[in-house]
Amino acid sequence: MTATSSTPKLAVRSLNFYYGNFHALKNIHLDIPEKKVTAFIGPSGCGKSTLLRTFNRMYDLYPKLRAEGEILLNGENVLNSQTDLNMLRAKVGMVFQKPTPFPMSIYDNIAFGVKLYEKLSRAEMDDRVEWALQKAALWNEVKDKLRQSGLGLSGGQQQRLCIARAVAVKPEVLLLDEPTSALDPISTAHIEELVHELKQDYTIAMVTHNMQQAARVSDITAYMYLGELVEVGGTDQIFTKPARKETEDYITGKFG
Amino acid sequence: MPEKARPPRFQLADAVFFNLTRGAAFLVLALLTGIILSLVHGSWDSITHFGYNFIFSSSWDPVAEEFGAWRPIQGTLITSFIALLIAVPVSFGIALFLTELAPAWLRRPLGIAIELLAGIPSIIYGIWGLFVVAPILMDGLPIKLGESVLFTIPPIQPWLTEATSGIPLIGKLFDGPPFGIGMFTAGLILAIMIIPYIASVMRDVFEIVPTMLKESAYGLGATTWEVVWNVVLPYTRSGVIGGIMLGLGRALGETMAVTFVIGNSYDAIESLFHPGNSIASILANEFAEASAALHYGALIEMGLILFLITFVVLSCSKLLLLRLQKGDGSHS
Repeated sequence: MTATSSTPKLAVRSLNFYYGNFHALKNIHLDIPEKKVTAFIGPSGCGKSTLLRTFNRMYDLYPKLRAEGEILLNGENVLNSQTDLNMLRAKVGMVFQKPTPFPMSIYDNIAFGVKLYEKLSRAEMDDRVEWALQKAALWNEVKDKLRQSGLGLSGGQQQRLCIARAVAVKPEVLLLDEPTSALDPISTAHIEELVHELKQDYTIAMVTHNMQQAARVSDITAYMYLGELVEVGGTDQIFTKPARKETEDYITGKFG
Repeated sequence: MPEKARPPRFQLADAVFFNLTRGAAFLVLALLTGIILSLVHGSWDSITHFGYNFIFSSSWDPVAEEFGAWRPIQGTLITSFIALLIAVPVSFGIALFLTELAPAWLRRPLGIAIELLAGIPSIIYGIWGLFVVAPILMDGLPIKLGESVLFTIPPIQPWLTEATSGIPLIGKLFDGPPFGIGMFTAGLILAIMIIPYIASVMRDVFEIVPTMLKESAYGLGATTWEVVWNVVLPYTRSGVIGGIMLGLGRALGETMAVTFVIGNSYDAIESLFHPGNSIASILANEFAEASAALHYGALIEMGLILFLITFVVLSCSKLLLLRLQKGDGSHS
């Protein structure tokens, strides 16, 4: 990897996104630095989830959605039609609004993604599963029931299982799409701590509808409104002295 | 009396409603027992005369009053098995295409076409099987445009015989004279008849899989096939097995279409191309002519056996589901 801390892990250049005729993202320019947490905030429908879903081209599953512009991952444009989508998604992992464990055992939930790309021996796979569950701070709670269904876990545990599953394939970037919106406050705190830990190894982009959460866990905050990136900057700066009046209004709760 | 108490007539209405629905539910049980009892009663002569031998005896001679159900049982099970072997993968492909791969504008028309296929009366499948499918299987069919032959559908039966000859076991299955009609053709027609049932159930259950669950698998870099095989299918397992059982139930009891194409022969079944018979086809063929009490009883007993086969198959599928669910606690 040639990327250094000075060059961004992900660079978004003149990105426009369309749902059919609806212009959902308007001319986005943005750098997402390596091993930092970048949070996207803004009112519902502002395009923050849409933006996140362009990074792993999840939108490609659906007809009539299209993106124009450039998204450079390590300097390579992922919007290029030659991009191998499966490889891209192995490099850019994603965690969703609700926990989505697969209908299989806890062990298999983690092993599923790994098996797609690596041929590991039994012992290596055991190690990988343990490693991923450790990373997601779930190992101690599930180590005695790896063969049980992932659906038997609590909501917060399920979400950490999903994070472990994403981490297990050793991605470079982790996309978190409102990862705590379906969780109780204690589970939310767990996940936030986890995000803090994970940024030592991964570049994290996170959508949240909770401003306090953005303030707590992110290094960089981007405020979006109606498909435009209004302001982006260090989280401290955005929350204490935003440059734009709109950002200030949103953050202080005058609007949104 | 508190003012909010509801007048007694509502309580009466509740009681009436409760009893009506309960009555409707118990009616099913009563009907089931009634059918079993009348089948046992009707076949009593045969049951007492032949005993267990009836099931495993393969003689069928109305003149000598020798009856055994083994050939028709074999025929029923073999044709249904062939039908499932063909219909399950095809239906899976249809459902997979309709839910994951087909462009949106194609999904509805194709889905409706498949449901229409389920509405075709079985006698039409029978006639079509006998006059169209069987000759093609036997002789092939040149497709013509005006005078020129565009291409020829090869005669499938002789081709299969040739292709598999020499292979142990499998070669034997496709050996024998290409009559057109027979066990293989019956299985094929049955497969076509049950595909719409299995495919539409599979499509319906595939559609209820949460988008986010599928996206999670795609998000790990899985291909469509990996997503469907490893996530969608386990998630919808009980529905899929239910759909297959629905099709199997239909195949086991299908009468008219099978009677047309199975060949109606009591000879030993040496290969799949041999004519044979099934329980349902025998009942359709002989019921009107069964005058002797023992002949009549034997036919009713075959009905009872068909009933039991269906019952056992359904029970097995329920047990299978229970075991699978314990394995990893699936949804639905």
